[in-house]
Amino acid sequence: MSEAGTAPSAAGARGGAGTNGAAGPLLSVEDLHVAFSTRNGVVEAVRGVSLAVSPGETLGIVGESGSGKSVTAFAVTRLLDAAGRVTAGRIRFGRQDITGANHRQLRSLHGAAISMIFQNPRAALNPIRPVGLQIADAIAAHESLGAKEGRERALDLLKAVLIRDPEKRIDAFPHELSGGMCQRVMIAMAIAGKPSLLIADEPTTGLDVTTQKTVMDLVAAIIAERGMAMMLITHDLGLASRYCQRVVVMEQGRIVEEAEPKRLFVAPEHPYTRRLVAASPTASSTIADLAPGSAPSSAPAEPPKPAPGTPPLLEVQDLVKRFDGDVTAVGGVSFRVAQGESVGLVGESGSGKSTISRLVCRLIDPSEGRILFDGASIGDQPARGFHASPLRKDIQIVFQDPTESLNPRFNAFECIAHPLRRLSGLRDGAALTARVRECADRAGLPLGLLERFPHQLSGGQKARIGIARAIACRPRLLILDEPTAALDVSVQAIILQLLDSLRREDRLGLLFVSHDLNVVRMMCERIIVLRNGRIVEEGGRDAIFQRPEHPYTRMLLDAVLHISGPSTVAG
Amino acid sequence: MTSATLRHTVWVLRGNPVTAVAAGGAFVLCLVALIGPWIVPHDPIASNVANALKPPSAQNWAGTDQLGRDVFSRLVIAARLDLAIAASAVTLSFAVGAVIGAVCGYLGGRLDRYVGRFVDILMAFPLFVLAMAMVAALGNRVENIVIATAIINLPFYIRFARAEVNVRRNAGWVEAARACGDSHLSVILRFLLPNVLPAMAVQVSLNLGWAILNAAGLSFIGLGVKPPTPEWGIMVAEGARFIATGKWWLVAFPGLALMLTVLCFNLLGDGLRDILDPRMRT
Amino acid sequence: MKLGATANRAARRFISSLPALFGVVVFTFLLMRVLPGDPAVFFASGPQAGPEEIAMIRAQMGLDKPVPQQLLLYLRDLSQGQLGRSLTTGQPVLVDLRNRLPASLELTLTALLIALVAAVPLGVAAALRPGSLVDHIVRFVCALGVCVPTFVSGLLLIYVFYYLAGLAPDPTGRIDIFMSQPPRVTGFLLIDFAIAGDWEGWQAAARQLMLPALTMALFVVAPLARMTRASMLASLGSDFVRTARSLGLSRRKIVVTYALRNAILPVLTIVGIVFSTMLGANVLVEKVFSWPGVASYALDALLSSDYAPVQGFVLLMASIFVLVNLTVDVLYGVADPRVSVE
Repeated sequence: MSEAGTAPSAAGARGGAGTNGAAGPLLSVEDLHVAFSTRNGVVEAVRGVSLAVSPGETLGIVGESGSGKSVTAFAVTRLLDAAGRVTAGRIRFGRQDITGANHRQLRSLHGAAISMIFQNPRAALNPIRPVGLQIADAIAAHESLGAKEGRERALDLLKAVLIRDPEKRIDAFPHELSGGMCQRVMIAMAIAGKPSLLIADEPTTGLDVTTQKTVMDLVAAIIAERGMAMMLITHDLGLASRYCQRVVVMEQGRIVEEAEPKRLFVAPEHPYTRRLVAASPTASSTIADLAPGSAPSSAPAEPPKPAPGTPPLLEVQDLVKRFDGDVTAVGGVSFRVAQGESVGLVGESGSGKSTISRLVCRLIDPSEGRILFDGASIGDQPARGFHASPLRKDIQIVFQDPTESLNPRFNAFECIAHPLRRLSGLRDGAALTARVRECADRAGLPLGLLERFPHQLSGGQKARIGIARAIACRPRLLILDEPTAALDVSVQAIILQLLDSLRREDRLGLLFVSHDLNVVRMMCERIIVLRNGRIVEEGGRDAIFQRPEHPYTRMLLDAVLHISGPSTVAG
Repeated sequence: MTSATLRHTVWVLRGNPVTAVAAGGAFVLCLVALIGPWIVPHDPIASNVANALKPPSAQNWAGTDQLGRDVFSRLVIAARLDLAIAASAVTLSFAVGAVIGAVCGYLGGRLDRYVGRFVDILMAFPLFVLAMAMVAALGNRVENIVIATAIINLPFYIRFARAEVNVRRNAGWVEAARACGDSHLSVILRFLLPNVLPAMAVQVSLNLGWAILNAAGLSFIGLGVKPPTPEWGIMVAEGARFIATGKWWLVAFPGLALMLTVLCFNLLGDGLRDILDPRMRT
Repeated sequence: MKLGATANRAARRFISSLPALFGVVVFTFLLMRVLPGDPAVFFASGPQAGPEEIAMIRAQMGLDKPVPQQLLLYLRDLSQGQLGRSLTTGQPVLVDLRNRLPASLELTLTALLIALVAAVPLGVAAALRPGSLVDHIVRFVCALGVCVPTFVSGLLLIYVFYYLAGLAPDPTGRIDIFMSQPPRVTGFLLIDFAIAGDWEGWQAAARQLMLPALTMALFVVAPLARMTRASMLASLGSDFVRTARSLGLSRRKIVVTYALRNAILPVLTIVGIVFSTMLGANVLVEKVFSWPGVASYALDALLSSDYAPVQGFVLLMASIFVLVNLTVDVLYGVADPRVSVE
């Protein structure tokens, strides 16, 4: 029976945690294959996955995008969209084979035996139905009950997921609740039918760091309290290591390794797992650790010492930005970036960090305050005319979403050539071609891809184009607005290494905007913590990470999940 | 790049026989509009009362009307006028609407609100009634039919271009273009419009059909084109008098011509959407 | 509380639609100014009227005053309900419009009802089984439906149902000339006959209404069904329907309460636009069926260069459209909790 937990293709790690009780696994999947029919023919997303979940156990499935981890979850619950189909394999729940279950059997299974929570919780709720009724719907799906009783039970469930003011929230619509509260409602719905297995598909993606932790703690507590099993699908190794008893690693539709998190993340066996673990930033890793051997790492960081008396590269004084309707996005922020220095701006959504990056880049105008570049005031030059300023080429920016930041009608060459034509005055010809090729080469973009259009390139390649474009005119200040937030960890590792070495070679001033503390710690010498448009704390990297003063900074740091063994979670 | 576009087009057409047929149909229509006068079997104006109101036959493929004129010849000749009216009206509203809409959508602010309000006012009319009133005000002439049709199309183009530009104006690549030294104007002209045009082209094709229906409707109620000029709307209007006595061909054939023309452009519009979307290319 | 918010919203929307309505008024006024010919000449006693007489009429009508002042006079007349007098009927335009409006509304509303009853189920059926035979048929009908001009489909319906099948009555007017009119209460014949209890008359009126209403409905079924299908497909593929499925809700609950209720919202917004198109199509349909509504009245006036009725008609259409949009807005506000946040 317990042999069902091992994939035929899994490299090593037989048996896993091996704590299966005598009752056998709750869910077992054998040799699952899932195929999608697309425009370009049939694509096999899952190719022979076998796994098992025991009662009360939390199994993590980790992998990068395209690894087939979510498809596996949807195949197990038979919720694949119309294009996807299980082509081979067996799925058993308890003693029941549900591979070919019909509509009625599935309906009695969904919610009552297996339920799911999803990423993007707000979209997962019906926007025009009060959440209380939606929870009552979930209860009524498996037992008959009246409206009044439904409401009472819904209220109980809202209390169980620790929503503040449940009497008020029960009549709220999803848009009136925060993302974290929507996810709590979703959890309430998922446990309404008293299932024995919860499948959580990236349940914290898109939530703020601090919310992520409270939501996951809640899920873990509820699971433990009700003796449920959980299948946690995530790209975040830290999350898996904290909340799972056993973890399987997937790559390209196959399971490559399976073990307890302690063993898996400390001594990974499969090369892919090793790469993945290395690429995930931890509390102590350095840029060089992320992808060993893939990039020649330059000399260790030495904070550049500018000659005394020279003005800082960038100085921001009492910067304020109000948008229409008196929304204050940035409320009086001052900081400096020295030549060759790397400064991190950290904050959750709504902290104003992206607005600051656009203000400094002179894409939008500040409402108040001064922006000095090299001692010269640039904040009072209207953003409308800044494109003609001689300083335009000195301040460049790399955007968050590599796809979104490239003109879909330009090929890679045109994208990189664009600033050179505009700002460096290079017209068509050999000189331009040479410079574009040089920039692409520095950004690690294979020259053979220069003719390709954005939709023909991968996320990492698009990120390289965005970087090549930003460094093309040899700027002195580079603003990085969450440059790796949309990338997989292994790609992120390589991009971070690239940015770090470019910065050292060109002695670039770096303003690194991010929500990810681990990344900022590796990339920056100085860190500024933002909240609601104001600076709550500023200091050197070590000071902030080892001796945070502000409670908010401490809260942010506590919420960071580090790869280690599972911690004990309050039950 | 051009050969890639061509290859892509061929590939899309092979996968979409409906679009291929529609494209073929549109081509034949334009051809007929161009060379119509040289291929008609009969004189479209010459009346022959002795041969009036004859049903379709080998001699007169689509029958004859109350003056004995050959309906088929009149249909062929009318294609040029109907297509010309629709094409010039759509070109006019496209050119004006795309620029106004793009500028408003990009700049936003007060100008955008005023233009938006104006568009709302324009759209507060039942548009066919608006066209009627304008033709009445400007004078009952063909060029005024064109202007009226163009004006009632205008709000759609402004709205469409505005919405398309608006969703893109905060896209990373637009901000990147500004960081690369482009002015607002150059961002609109070199970045936003080229990206919006494909979607607009689809709109043009769909609109062409609508414009033809509008122009035909106006001449059906007696505005614009005057008899004896052959025009599909007028032909239906003239045939309407005889429908209750069973002379179906006078209405059915011009009606069919209108329907097929509009159908062609609509299907072509749907197909264009696939061809022009660069993301669909592999 | 919810009711108060809705009323508040309705009031706000109404106030914000006033500028549009004012724009329409100014537009119709300007329309009259740029019309070919001098209105004074029309109102003069005859073609031989001397320049003195015309000048006097001009002074009488206020045409010699500066344009802004004329606009004020025009607004004053409007506020008193004076839309001028029709030259062809000799009646005040307001009276004519009031007499004829019910005929147009009865036709348009019946057609809208038929179209909605046909389009929504068709769109839903197509969306529930994409790629099926039903779906292909619906899509084909939609593609075809937008291509046939109303005046052609109306005439062909007459040919089939009146000439060939003999099922429909003579396609002229709202009621057989030999039938007696019901006592006028609402002006809607179907309602008035029902009030009078004259079911024979009701049937006759209904038979007369069928073909024009069907013609108009055919014209708008396609966009409505297309929209229903598209938004139903979107909402069936949405995350919250997936959630509902993952919780084991019954199929009926998923399709009706979760998918359809969300899918109907975009349909509701285009009903306003569809209604406006129908007001325009009224002109054509009323002409084809000699329907004694406001549109045919305006058309006759237009063709005989009698401009006061045209002006009144345009104004009436715009007011109706503003009202309809207001209704749609309020309904939307009731149906979608998200809009009240703004």
